[in-house]
Amino acid sequence: MDREEIKVAVLRMEGTNCEDETVKAFRSLGVEAEAVHIKQFYSDMIRFEEQRSVFDYQCLVFPGGFSAGDYIRAGAIFSARVKSVLRKDIEEFIKMGYPILGICNGFQVLVELGALPGFDEDKPLAEKPEMALAMNDSSRFECRPTLLKKESEKCIFVKNLKKDVVMFPVAHAEGKVVFPSGKEDEYLERLTSNDQIVFRYVDEKGDYAGYPWNPNGSFYNIAGICNATHTVFGLMPHPERAFFGYQVGRREGYGDGYCIFRSVVDYLEKL
Amino acid sequence: MIADVYIELKEGVADPEGEATLKALRLLGFKRVKKVSTVKVFRIDIEARSREEAEREIAEMCEKLLANPVIQKYSIVWRE
Repeated sequence: MDREEIKVAVLRMEGTNCEDETVKAFRSLGVEAEAVHIKQFYSDMIRFEEQRSVFDYQCLVFPGGFSAGDYIRAGAIFSARVKSVLRKDIEEFIKMGYPILGICNGFQVLVELGALPGFDEDKPLAEKPEMALAMNDSSRFECRPTLLKKESEKCIFVKNLKKDVVMFPVAHAEGKVVFPSGKEDEYLERLTSNDQIVFRYVDEKGDYAGYPWNPNGSFYNIAGICNATHTVFGLMPHPERAFFGYQVGRREGYGDGYCIFRSVVDYLEKL
Repeated sequence: MIADVYIELKEGVADPEGEATLKALRLLGFKRVKKVSTVKVFRIDIEARSREEAEREIAEMCEKLLANPVIQKYSIVWRE
């Protein structure tokens, strides 16, 4: 499809953030993008011209933030709202090969939705969460740049990324990847053999390292993973905060985050 | 009917909030504290024909929203 035909929705609700950065990143690549409140998909209180369907878009983004105040668990309420009204649509959307990106709180939403790790291609949203993003080992909100090593060749969000290591900032308190106890090795084996691990935290030499390089104590230094079809991607760090050079202390050009957005636009152009 | 629903971390899951609280309590001089665990309680007022029926429904609430089964477990204590 032509670039001008591509439409991206960044899903908003109470407490989400960085919607504007995400919309701006997509728009600067020449595609149409807008922040859409979750209610615009289902509420009959919405004006006709503001009503939306998931299928108006070819890409959905769950942005960062503290949706619903992180009550219960980060992302749990956002995910419950999505599940209750959009479950079938989102499953259909994923099955059609359309990409979904979850950044930070958005990653937590995708995990709570059962969309990640998303091992079952026929059932893109699992009945129950199959992993968790637990409280950081430091018990603190970790807010600073992180270095990430690209691990996946198949994930459609990193196809355009030529560098081995990128710098995206993190800003979260609940970002530690946890798999069910006793099943860690089995999960790792499945993720690795299917090329679903997308980014791992590394130090300045590019080696896997513990805290503070791994800001949360994530299992296997995992920063981001994709589903079995490589089209649903969630990560704790914020690529939209490193899109333009000026966001990372450079006057010109782009930051490392550019390649994430560029890759998904390239993917959609080929659909 | 009113139930207290306790959401706790499963055995073996790290509890950094509990550990940080333990450390702070020790610093304050409470040397005999051995362990602190964080537990979340939801007090749920529910209309139901029987306790069994309500309990089934609360279990469903826990599975659908209140707990992430990968790291958390739940228990129900009836208040009235």
